[in-house]
Amino acid sequence: MSNELTPNENPVVQHEPRATDTNPKAEKRAEQQVAILFGLSALGSILLVYSYVFVTKDVFIFIPVMGNQNAQQLGIGIGMAMSLFFIGMAAIHWAKTLMSDTEVVNHRHEFRSSDQDREEFVQTVKQGVAGVQLGRRKLIKRSLGAAIGLFAVPPVLLLRDLGPLPKKQLETTNWKPGTRLVTDPGNRPILASDLEVGAVVQVLPAVENSDERPLSDIAKDPVLLIRLRPQDFQLTPEKFAMTHDGIIAFSKICSHMGCAVALYEQQTKHLLCPCHQSTFDVPRGAKVIFGPAARPLPQLDITVDSEGYLIARAAFSEPVGPSFWERNSQ
Amino acid sequence: MTPAEKTIGTVANYVDERIGAAGWVKKSLNKVFPDHWSFMLGEVCMYSFIILLLSGTFLTFWFDPSQRDVIYEGVYAPLKGLKMSAAYASTLDISFEVRGGLLMRQIHHWAANIFMAAIVAHLLRVFFTGAFRKPREFNWILGILLLTLGFVEGLFGYSLPDDLLSGTGLRITSAIIQAIPVVGTYISFFLFGGAFPGVGFIPRIFTLHVLLIPGAFLAVITIHVMLVWYQKHTQFPGVGRTEKNVVGHPILPVYMAKAGGFFFVVFGVIAFLSAIASINPIWLYGPYTPGQISAGSQPDWYMGWLDGLVRMAPPLETHAFGHTVSWNILIPALIVPGIVFTGMALYPFIESWITGDKREHHLLDRPRNVPNRTALGVMSVTFVMVALINGGNDIFATNFSLSINEIMWFSRIGIFVLPPLAFIITKRLCLSLQRADRDLLLHGTETGRLLRLPHGEFVEVHAPISAEKAFILQSHEQATSLEIEEVDSRGVRRPGSFKNKIQRRLSRAHAVAVPKVTDQELKEIEHH
Repeated sequence: MSNELTPNENPVVQHEPRATDTNPKAEKRAEQQVAILFGLSALGSILLVYSYVFVTKDVFIFIPVMGNQNAQQLGIGIGMAMSLFFIGMAAIHWAKTLMSDTEVVNHRHEFRSSDQDREEFVQTVKQGVAGVQLGRRKLIKRSLGAAIGLFAVPPVLLLRDLGPLPKKQLETTNWKPGTRLVTDPGNRPILASDLEVGAVVQVLPAVENSDERPLSDIAKDPVLLIRLRPQDFQLTPEKFAMTHDGIIAFSKICSHMGCAVALYEQQTKHLLCPCHQSTFDVPRGAKVIFGPAARPLPQLDITVDSEGYLIARAAFSEPVGPSFWERNSQ
Repeated sequence: MTPAEKTIGTVANYVDERIGAAGWVKKSLNKVFPDHWSFMLGEVCMYSFIILLLSGTFLTFWFDPSQRDVIYEGVYAPLKGLKMSAAYASTLDISFEVRGGLLMRQIHHWAANIFMAAIVAHLLRVFFTGAFRKPREFNWILGILLLTLGFVEGLFGYSLPDDLLSGTGLRITSAIIQAIPVVGTYISFFLFGGAFPGVGFIPRIFTLHVLLIPGAFLAVITIHVMLVWYQKHTQFPGVGRTEKNVVGHPILPVYMAKAGGFFFVVFGVIAFLSAIASINPIWLYGPYTPGQISAGSQPDWYMGWLDGLVRMAPPLETHAFGHTVSWNILIPALIVPGIVFTGMALYPFIESWITGDKREHHLLDRPRNVPNRTALGVMSVTFVMVALINGGNDIFATNFSLSINEIMWFSRIGIFVLPPLAFIITKRLCLSLQRADRDLLLHGTETGRLLRLPHGEFVEVHAPISAEKAFILQSHEQATSLEIEEVDSRGVRRPGSFKNKIQRRLSRAHAVAVPKVTDQELKEIEHH
């Protein structure tokens, strides 16, 4: 591909001279403007250095609209912006007003190689392939296939130890028959009588060392306790038996994608997931009434122990959280 | 010869005697780049990528990519004494204790948003002007690859600080992975190093975010730009511009000064934004714990349309043979994006199959002259916009006092109705614009001057348009449809006639156009 330059043979459009091409005063002015722009850039750099070295971290200045701003961060930022922006503007202004603005023409050529080159290419490849003699060497061909097939296995296998096998981790939680419900945060057991109608409490299963609770447990154990009036419920007898004196407990982990279902509307008694707006109707056993979730939130069977504290009567009867391939219940 | 020239000459001689560079450097310096504002969109992508490399390197000097628990003892009082991951604590330190650290974090995040926005704008420019046609199909595919890499890199990037918002994003990511039939649960456990949130995900995505993906970016961007260089840039039609040439300013000095200057302008603008506009204030969100969430959780804007699709999905799950398939996740989060990206990558080949056009194209199309393609583009943009609106349905609902359920239903219906509507309207608009071009050529521009003729009639005087403009209006090709005979010369149906039928239908739809002005018409109009 050649790149010889030919002047733009343009029969119609003439090259319009700029003011700076014809008027020495305009030329001088453009030169000064470029110099001013470079000067502004230098000023920005100085502002950056000054703010970095001399402005302390705890100085705040008030700027209309923006409010109180950290003077150091702002000085460094504005200084850096100026130092960069004005170098660019100066270079562009220079190019547009003072550098030559005549357009030139390059020629294009078709990308397709010449027929001769293509023919020779085919010959070269054919010769090369023939030299390999794969067609005649059956034994090599087969063993090569086997080697390459096996060769792909180790790299995949080596990734195996990235993590443990899932086992039953997605199906189980730390809720067991008799586990006390404790507040989160606070880690206090809850007396059923302390909950008033309309109350909402986030709870976790009581464990021995609550400070060491791994995040993977907090990703599946949280439960929301909500107290309604017993006559508000519209539940099947089995589900109703899982409540205690108007207190109903649901997994807080959304059955859609596992976000925390944290928004409870007192008026409508709806639970709303802030991620994708799945809406669950509490009196009807967290039935999905809107949004993409396909299953109600799993309900935890609760009762009280001899001291009146809330406990789980049984573990969750289905996996909590988002669906997965091995999940085996409706 | 001045002393400076002599020194440069000596160095140049030294280099040239060893690698013989004079020839190709000379050619390269004379390389011509055509000028148009829209050609700078690709430059913005490249420059913001360089800014990302620089600011990202700065951040790695302090960032600790670890999920190990630490107690925060830094200067930000509201979080003092809280248990959090080292990743989150070090991000707080960068924001509050490293001078200029917050600025760099904000530059990195703003540059990422601008990088993605520039890629999308560049992609739309290339699509609507037909710059992807032969011989540039490879570069189109590389561009789609870069866009896809950008999604992953962006997601990983804003997940690194391990704050409550990004952790919620990862929770959703893990749910998407889990939803993959058969292998999903295993992949999720391997990636996260156990049950979500695991112990290994942050350090792992850190390595991917700072090493593997930027490496892939660098390689693909290099090929992308080298192909632009080798194949020479496309140009808009104009007088003196043909399929056989390229008209513009040579690299040295004008283009180099402008492009180099533009890098500094882009960097300056991003620095200014980062100095005055807060982005991702992670200290307000708090450290990640899966039991908590903030209302109005939103991904970065380029992920918003995917989240919007997930939000509008119907609650569909299949339970059978002891297994669960979550269509409500698989369809919006994996299947639809898969179709969208594959369709985009294949579009140059689909269009060339429809038009039967196998020639090289270096002159760009004006979007109105290819109504079908333009309409398809607007249709796709409409699809993404409806999804994006639904992705922010909670924000819209609270800010404009609307019902979230109504926005959701608007989106659920709109995603099917609005894109085809956009297609029809755009196609009609294109044809109207073609008609307007035709009128302009035949009758000239309206001058607003009214003349009263001797017999009392009022007419408006039309002025002829410039030869330059007339040339541009006439420069496109009249679209023709592909005619494939259904039966061959002996009256036997051709094999593959169904495929041919589709091709013929599409080709006809593609070729709908207002007839170009002919010489005869021009002559006739002159006699009036």
